[in-house]
Amino acid sequence: MAEQEPGATGTTGPAAGSGGQGEEPIPFMQQVLDSPFLLLFIGVTMPTVFYILWGVINITSIPLAN
Amino acid sequence: MATTAQFRTCPDTGFRIHLAADKLIKWNAVTAVVFLLVGGLFGLLVALTRWPAVHLLPADLFYLALTAHGLDVLLVWIIFFEIAVLYFACSILLNSRLAAPKVAWLAYWLMLVGAVMTNIAVLRGDSSVMFTSYVPMQAAPDFYLGIILFAVGALFACFVFFGTLVIAKQEKTYEGSVPLVTFGALTAAIIAVFTIAAGAIILVPTLFWSLGYISNIDTLMYKVVWWGMGHSSQQINVAAHIAVWYALAAILFGAKPLSEKVSRGAFLLYILFLQLASAHHLLVEPGLAAEYKIFNTSYALYLAVLASMIHGLTVPGSIEAAQRKKGLTKGLYEWLRKAPWSNPSFSGLALSIIMFGFLGGISGVMMGTEQLNLITHNTTYVPGHFHATVVTGTTLAFMALAYWLVPVLWQRELVLPGLAKWQPYLFGIGMGLVSLFLMGAGTLGVPRRHWDMAFSDAAITHDFPAAAFLMMGLNGVAALIATLGGVIFILNMVGTILWGKKKEAAPAPQAAPEPQPAAAAGAYGGAGTMAVPGTFVLALVFLAAFVLYYFVNWKYLASVWGLS
Ligand SMILES: [Cu+2]
Repeated sequence: MAEQEPGATGTTGPAAGSGGQGEEPIPFMQQVLDSPFLLLFIGVTMPTVFYILWGVINITSIPLAN
Repeated sequence: MATTAQFRTCPDTGFRIHLAADKLIKWNAVTAVVFLLVGGLFGLLVALTRWPAVHLLPADLFYLALTAHGLDVLLVWIIFFEIAVLYFACSILLNSRLAAPKVAWLAYWLMLVGAVMTNIAVLRGDSSVMFTSYVPMQAAPDFYLGIILFAVGALFACFVFFGTLVIAKQEKTYEGSVPLVTFGALTAAIIAVFTIAAGAIILVPTLFWSLGYISNIDTLMYKVVWWGMGHSSQQINVAAHIAVWYALAAILFGAKPLSEKVSRGAFLLYILFLQLASAHHLLVEPGLAAEYKIFNTSYALYLAVLASMIHGLTVPGSIEAAQRKKGLTKGLYEWLRKAPWSNPSFSGLALSIIMFGFLGGISGVMMGTEQLNLITHNTTYVPGHFHATVVTGTTLAFMALAYWLVPVLWQRELVLPGLAKWQPYLFGIGMGLVSLFLMGAGTLGVPRRHWDMAFSDAAITHDFPAAAFLMMGLNGVAALIATLGGVIFILNMVGTILWGKKKEAAPAPQAAPEPQPAAAAGAYGGAGTMAVPGTFVLALVFLAAFVLYYFVNWKYLASVWGLS
């Protein structure tokens, strides 16, 4: 377990701009996780495409009986 | 927007609480509990009818009770409580005022009016279409309208949650990333938005169909879109109750997650994949391709299951780490033995984690496998599974939180502290047994949603083995035990709110081991250790049980499906 834990020792997140002595850039994944509306977009799009749209396409491509 | 939001400081926890949020959390939580009582009692009627020796209700009332039970507990109780959790996580934990309290009240009233409207439609007896309300079964228009109003209200509440995240960030009420509990609540809110959208897409046309403006709704189309709501709504629960697990670990032990990164990554897996598992309800539909079914319920779902296992490991792990830090280091399990087992917040949490994983999780993966699903599809195994997830998982976790939250918010002491100690065991073990007996009977083929497994007045009959009858009887007994536990909970909550002794200024929180550990729920940062051997051993036990049960079911499938 050699991974670095961000914020493992401090009480505030590493994204805290004030008071941090390092100018360390915020990691990409953390930026993603800190963007609620991006997550909202992903969380609605994924099931809409893979579950609903794909399912609807499946159903509409069933040939109608004559 | 010069707002003069008013705050009070909680003497127990030090949280700064926005008064408007305080009131909204209270009303949503209380309303939730009232519907838990109503829905729970309908559940008892269902169990007593399915107890062959009792067979309480006639067929029409049975389906009425089953419809009311599903709606009131699966939707109304849980979503009202979740809204309370969302407001708690975005305003109290972020030290922020709640965005647009007026919208939040509008949301509350829409939900309440909707829930009451649908309940009236059901109680009238002309809308016994069960929770799923599959077309072409038709309910009265107000049945659908009520659910739509409820859903719109819940959507507004989600907007308030997102709005509060925005203003908390703008007004810099916290630094850096939101706390993990708030992140879990965000996950729940995101899933809720999709859930409600799917519900609106299908229920609005169904309402018009019920009014006679639309002549026909395709049954398979209905099922696909409806389960976008029906299944996902249960995933709101999962995300919310796991946020509650993290909150309780922090509140009770000052525990910090083993790794913020890993726990947040697991929530991200939920956001990406959890809702796709809706397709497991459609595994036997002939109109849908195998690729669709298998991608959604296996490949995608396994990533969500991975996330659940991560949470199941890291919540007890964080507790173990916190306990070991306090010096409870003897052997593998001193930390667990010396945990506050008579504090209902802890025992409820512990039982919730164990039963959600062992009963709900394992059975869910089994059923979600396309081939294995054939053994149990539409049997009582299905309600057995989801009583483990939604009741012993979600409801028990919410009860555990309520034991802490209600005395803190109302500043009153529990009225029945002695009974409260026993309550999670009664309710949890009773419901755990309900799950097991239903799953057992389902494995023997007993159909779900069936009024009479003896087929006494049916043209085509079937003889179930005696063991199946026995299990449905035991299910009734277990439901009685659980009901007793549920009633004690409700008495305790309502009694505390109405008549609980006012707390003196600055008392120590009764059963919690430390004065103000609750603040940890609002903090960022991991425990900085992975040295949790006891938890890892438990995880291995879980994995062994998982593998064994999965294997046994493939074996069983091979034997029920005689191909030679
Ligand atoms: Cu489901």
